[in-house]
Amino acid sequence: MDTSTLPKAGLAKAAELAGRAARNPRWQPDAPLPLHNEIFAPATQGVGAGAALAFARQALESGDTRSASAGTGSDAVLLEERSVLWVQDARAINLGGRPYRAGLPENLRHRLVHVAAKTPEDALFAMEEGLRCRDLAAVIGEVAGNPRALDFTASRRLTLTAEKHGIPLLLVRLDAQADLSSARMRWRLASAPSSPPRWNIAAPGRPAWHAELFRARAHPPGEWILRDEPERLAAESVTSPAPAAAPDHGDLVRGSGARSLAAL
Amino acid sequence: MAIWCADLALDRWRHSEGCPRGEGADAAPLALITETAHGPRIDAANPMARKAGATSGMMLADARTLCPAMEVRPSDPAGDLAFLERLALWAMRWGPWSAIDAPDGLLVDVTAVAHLFGGERRLLDDVAARCTARGLAVRAAIAPTAGAAWALAHFAAAGAILSPDDDMQSRLADLPVAALRLDNDVLLVLRRLGLKRLGDLAGIEEGRDRTGSGRDAIQRRFRNRKSPAANPLIRMDQLLGRVPEPLLPVVPVTAPMVQRRLAEPIRHRALLDTVVTDLAADMARTLEAKGEGARRLQLGMWRVDGEVLVRELEMAAATRDPDHMCRLFAERLDDIDAGFGIEMLRLRAAWSQPLGLGQADLEAAAEQHGTSLAACMDRLTTRLGKGAVQRPVPRASHIPERAQGWQPPLEPEPAEQHQLAFHTRPLKLLDRPERISVLYAAPEGYPRRFSWRGQVCEVARVEGPERIAPEWWRERGSARLRDYYRVEDEAGRRYWIYRGGLATDGRGGMPDWYLQGLFA
Repeated sequence: MDTSTLPKAGLAKAAELAGRAARNPRWQPDAPLPLHNEIFAPATQGVGAGAALAFARQALESGDTRSASAGTGSDAVLLEERSVLWVQDARAINLGGRPYRAGLPENLRHRLVHVAAKTPEDALFAMEEGLRCRDLAAVIGEVAGNPRALDFTASRRLTLTAEKHGIPLLLVRLDAQADLSSARMRWRLASAPSSPPRWNIAAPGRPAWHAELFRARAHPPGEWILRDEPERLAAESVTSPAPAAAPDHGDLVRGSGARSLAAL
Repeated sequence: MAIWCADLALDRWRHSEGCPRGEGADAAPLALITETAHGPRIDAANPMARKAGATSGMMLADARTLCPAMEVRPSDPAGDLAFLERLALWAMRWGPWSAIDAPDGLLVDVTAVAHLFGGERRLLDDVAARCTARGLAVRAAIAPTAGAAWALAHFAAAGAILSPDDDMQSRLADLPVAALRLDNDVLLVLRRLGLKRLGDLAGIEEGRDRTGSGRDAIQRRFRNRKSPAANPLIRMDQLLGRVPEPLLPVVPVTAPMVQRRLAEPIRHRALLDTVVTDLAADMARTLEAKGEGARRLQLGMWRVDGEVLVRELEMAAATRDPDHMCRLFAERLDDIDAGFGIEMLRLRAAWSQPLGLGQADLEAAAEQHGTSLAACMDRLTTRLGKGAVQRPVPRASHIPERAQGWQPPLEPEPAEQHQLAFHTRPLKLLDRPERISVLYAAPEGYPRRFSWRGQVCEVARVEGPERIAPEWWRERGSARLRDYYRVEDEAGRRYWIYRGGLATDGRGGMPDWYLQGLFA
């Protein structure tokens, strides 16, 4: 077959896609962070926000979001100084409280901008405006439950805005069902026992989370114990006790929810 | 220009009653009264009552002996003042700023304005016509100083104009000394001295031999009267413009301002948007010429029926981007009631800051690079409200919920006292601490098992207590201390809980336990 008649660029892209699918690497903490992520977490724990901050920090430190193309030192410095927008709707504030400055990571305290939106609609508006802003480093959203406003269209809208402007969005869903979404990576998080600290083994240590990646574009699903170490995010793989033993097909809606249509 | 509403209280009363001058209830003798310690006193009397002998300041009982048929109504000085304030805003249609001259006058600066109305004479005609249309009896006068204009409005023939070329002293010589805006006791002194007209006073000032020796004599007589209203010399100098007389305008002056007078009153939103767009473009040009950007914008809309609607806008950073202004105003104009139409619009930058000229942001670049932080904050604040977009800042307190304050996002951070590094604080703090029920407490004092929001936590690890005493300089003496514990349960949930008080502190019964924060 004469391959020279085929469009070269298209061929290369197809080949790259095929190659990626063949490799299909397992997720690593230093893997590039997609621009729209969802984290499902219970509202009675601070894990969602904690993990969102850890992911955002990981992404900003590896600098893979937008300044990768420019790649100069001054850009990294600028990225360090950009603000982070944290949007919460009223129910999320009621359930999980507001960010507390003294408990935030050291390098984030002075550059957090908090938005207390009354309704999920307002929260979505604030997140989208934040993604449009070139002076923000990341947008963190917290929305409780499955509000009607946050449907597939809204989620797709957020993905498109984030990818157009290159600002990562970490959307924390408190006490929510995994419904349809176009997020590029979807995590389900719960807290895990922390590693004992060095000086007082009776005290709680650095945060650890049990994380299940149940939908991602570039990675196969998996489970990890994530540990928020001072410098980086550490992950150790968990082998589920019986991975294929009991796939629960009782809930049919969930089947479509876990599959992201936009990610196909 | 001075405008004197000669009959302000009665005009307001007629307006509220809806009866024209001299008809209905106004056709009979009538007076507006105030209750005083010595009985009711007349504040204002209508023409019929005045003809019968009643004057303002007279006791009602005296007036009743002259005119038994007189009707009375209570007067409303506070309402008059509020009306005067609105009238002063409205009077800014004739000049860039106006001041209230309580109790019943206005001063409008018409320097270099008269030609817009076709001369000073026609300006005064316009004032008279517009005020008459509103049912106000006014007398207006134009003069180079505020004092002279006031004197002419009150004591000269209607529509007096004193141009700067005239000889002020001779034009004003025939006015009574009351035209100097003096207190009553000073007027009494002057009357007893036989000084009735301004000319008399000026004659004494110059002295018999025109050496100015008479001035010293008056100066001695009033040497310890420092306030202008008690010293005829100061008033005289102000009248003639020898000393400046600062006036307090109803709105501050030097703000950049653009306006549009409309040939046809507008009632529809689309037209209003068009005019606002024009105004924003004008404002951008004005600001650019001054090298400034607006922080606060005021859009005033003059309605046909004399009301003024004002919408304000405040921005996080100085800007002069007309599109940005229009977009922000668009949200604020939804609830405008145009009534019978809006005939004039004015946009003022009440607060502006220096803003250097920058390269124009090309449309493609804006599309590619997104909005700036300030623009983003403005959009969020306009839609969500001022209190919704904030930045956490440290405050000087060691009570956890008080140690964090909130302020607008782009303001500089206040000075901070450093937190101690060994204090571990939770990532999120509940708005109010929630009570937990302790099911089983360890002998050391902290709970082994507690339930919160219906879930039971078996405490596996604990650190504490961290004792935080109440702030005695701020709270009541009965406030209890708090013992904070960081706990982690068997599933790894990490919480910040405290016991409010000690069992033995004598400030209430057994202490309760609360959950205040969530760790990551």
